[in-house]
Amino acid sequence: MRLERRTRSSRLALVAAPLGAVLATLVLSSLLVAWAGAPVGRAYLLLMEGGFGSRFAITETLTRATPLILTGLAAAVAFRARLYNIGAEGQLYAGALAAVAVGGLHGGSGFEVSPWLLFPLMVAAAMLAGALLLLGPALLKSRFGVDEVVTTLLLNFIVLLGVSALLDGPMKDPSAMGWPQSVALQDTLQLDKLVPRSRVHTGLPAALALSVALWALLRFSTLGFEIRAVGSGARAAAFAGMPVAAVGVKVALLSGALAGLAGAVEVAGRTGYVTLDMSPGYGTSGVVIAMLAMLNPLGVVAAAVFVAGMLVGADSMSRAVAVPTYIADVITAIALVCMLVATLLTQYRIRT
Amino acid sequence: MPPPPLLRLSGITKRFGALVANDGISLDLDRGEVLALLGENGAGKSTLVSILFGHYVADEGRIDVDGQPLPPGQPGAALAAGIGMVHQHFTLADNLTVLDNVMLGTEGLWQPFSRRRAARAALLDTAQRFGLQVDPDARVAALSVGERQRVEILKALVSFGRKQGARILILDEPTAVLTPQESESLFATLGQMVAAGLAIIFISHKLDEVLRVSQRIAVLRGGKLVGVLPAQGADKALLAEAMVGRRVAPAVKHAHETGAVVAQLQGVTLHGPGPNPRLADVELQLRAGQVLAVAGVAGNGQQALAELLCGEHAPDAGTIHVDGRALPAHPRAWVQAGVARIPEDRHAVGVVGDLPLWENAFLERYASPPFSRAGLIDRRHARAHAATLVQRFDVRGTEAAGLDTPARSLSGGNMQKLILGRALMGQLPRLIVANQPTWGLDVGAVAYVHQQLLDAAAQGSAVLLISEDLDEIFALADLIAVMHQGRLSAPRPRADWTLAAIGLAMAGADGVAHAA
Repeated sequence: MRLERRTRSSRLALVAAPLGAVLATLVLSSLLVAWAGAPVGRAYLLLMEGGFGSRFAITETLTRATPLILTGLAAAVAFRARLYNIGAEGQLYAGALAAVAVGGLHGGSGFEVSPWLLFPLMVAAAMLAGALLLLGPALLKSRFGVDEVVTTLLLNFIVLLGVSALLDGPMKDPSAMGWPQSVALQDTLQLDKLVPRSRVHTGLPAALALSVALWALLRFSTLGFEIRAVGSGARAAAFAGMPVAAVGVKVALLSGALAGLAGAVEVAGRTGYVTLDMSPGYGTSGVVIAMLAMLNPLGVVAAAVFVAGMLVGADSMSRAVAVPTYIADVITAIALVCMLVATLLTQYRIRT
Repeated sequence: MPPPPLLRLSGITKRFGALVANDGISLDLDRGEVLALLGENGAGKSTLVSILFGHYVADEGRIDVDGQPLPPGQPGAALAAGIGMVHQHFTLADNLTVLDNVMLGTEGLWQPFSRRRAARAALLDTAQRFGLQVDPDARVAALSVGERQRVEILKALVSFGRKQGARILILDEPTAVLTPQESESLFATLGQMVAAGLAIIFISHKLDEVLRVSQRIAVLRGGKLVGVLPAQGADKALLAEAMVGRRVAPAVKHAHETGAVVAQLQGVTLHGPGPNPRLADVELQLRAGQVLAVAGVAGNGQQALAELLCGEHAPDAGTIHVDGRALPAHPRAWVQAGVARIPEDRHAVGVVGDLPLWENAFLERYASPPFSRAGLIDRRHARAHAATLVQRFDVRGTEAAGLDTPARSLSGGNMQKLILGRALMGQLPRLIVANQPTWGLDVGAVAYVHQQLLDAAAQGSAVLLISEDLDEIFALADLIAVMHQGRLSAPRPRADWTLAAIGLAMAGADGVAHAA
């Protein structure tokens, strides 16, 4: 058995691949569900119901999907340029912390500036924090050829430990009864609810708008052309006169800023303050989502909603039948593997 | 009943999707003969030998070695049956010695002791038998290309570690990387092997060589076996026609005036990663309307020269002027100064394979108007530009997806037309830097590229042609210079050179390379 490269991939295959991957994921995951001793059909029904089956379920899924769209976009744009940013988790925390640093209730009141000014400052600070965090690895890569997978991955740990130190130190909320959490964000900076009696906030439309904007950037702009060319043929791009190193830096700033923004949106839209467990791996899920979406910014939205639905649905499923919530992580992971195989099959055919 | 031939291919058919790479090919090969496999790129030569060696599995047909069927798809079985292959791109480990390379893969993991002594004896014995002198303890990285090829051949022939050495040796374009003298020595070795009863399949698209070394010639075209004919008395023109399927007019060179100096290199030096410079003190003048060819064995600094003249680096010492100006080391500045650039590696450097044709067509000029305004790509203008290019430079293979065809899926010749079109369309270039512009192209595409270069020169472009193909150099050049170990000989008119003189200069014979 061997793989042969297809001369061209049909459009149908490109559409069928993700659907086939999802189907294969469900089949494979059902084996695990059966192993856990739960009725497969009922478990899946509960999973779907929990993720998408009610007003509550849908709003919860969309709430979860909001940061996932942003981290998914962060990974997608970076991967397009072959900058393998695995550090969105750290960038998200850096962004969240920067948001609270600017907009938090320091000394009980925080900076007394008009929210019209403070809100953009807060967002900018979060994006800057994420961007700067990725700038180092990007420069190390372009200057010295240091593998950015390693540096961004390890930076996650450094950032998380740094956040932990800050939450127990200067950023600690004195009124939190000893819990390691940051001071709260000013009320005026909190995002409005999009749907009454739910947690969906205005961060969602912002994330959707950004995914359209990123799609347009990649497709229509000169920078987008540079990103795509550098990503699929850095040597040819350099020969043609593209500033490969500068494109790498721009992409790093963009990707880091998106992940940092995810942190700010979470703080302003959902938690109101920073804790060490505010992100259940949104950053790493972003990588999975970007791959599921085949690095297409519009596809990121669909993939993020899918992953969020699995996460939310698994919570309610595990309450009803004896399948641990970890099934959601397993499903997401299997989905990634299936998607990679499906993508491979759009480009290669199997010959025996 | 006569004994079965050493090798018999019967009805080999191989399809890749809609493409039939091999169409019912049947061939016999006898002991003690050289069979040439002649055909253009894409004619199916490589596919056929890949099937023979077990890299691919044929869809139909069978292979018999000495009357025994050869199990398909197993290089191990092919090796065991005595089939050896010398690939065009060598498969040696550079950091190991010759002996290590020959032993590579011959010993089991659980064997307690390495049998180096026996391997050395077998290697030296084989080397002696076929006149292939090499030092078993030399590191491959330190060997010349010709020597590496000898190691590849030895690796195939040595019987160490298996029942027998190769009885059938496949050589894939073996002379592509050799100087004329090295080629001669290879041909002598082939003679010795054939005399010893080996059978050789010699793959080439060069007619002279094929006529010189082989007894029979099998011509492939479009996956079909056009015919097998004896080399003796074969006619070159007829062979060429059989190979291409039509008459190909060679490029025509018209006499014209030579103009002013366009580019001038003075004392140009470029340091390499090691102690030896990639370029040492290169002096060169390129004049309008003149084709200057740089000959040389691969890896003697031609690539560095091309990179400098494409604006990829600045020299470490010396100056380069184009139209009297020193240009910054940035490709964009060189493109704007009217330098048309044709890189050696068209797949990895010439185009971005995954991007569509139309985006590749303005890759060098994307950043400025009319292609880019206010940070946005003018898609309509870019597509119109690409459509004109496709039409004017006759780029084929776009029937299915049009301008959205990924550049990767174009054939070599059409990819090169795209690159040529990108470089030449619009204003007449002041200088054309063409690095191996016809490497791996078929005869028709070669003639096309040659004609484009000659036409541009006739209209007043200066052309720097870097090539390892001496036929090409003699066909196009007005002046020829030879590069050896980063040094460039003084250019001399084509008429002053003989093939032998160039060969000596390419090998670095003193007094020729550094004369004048």
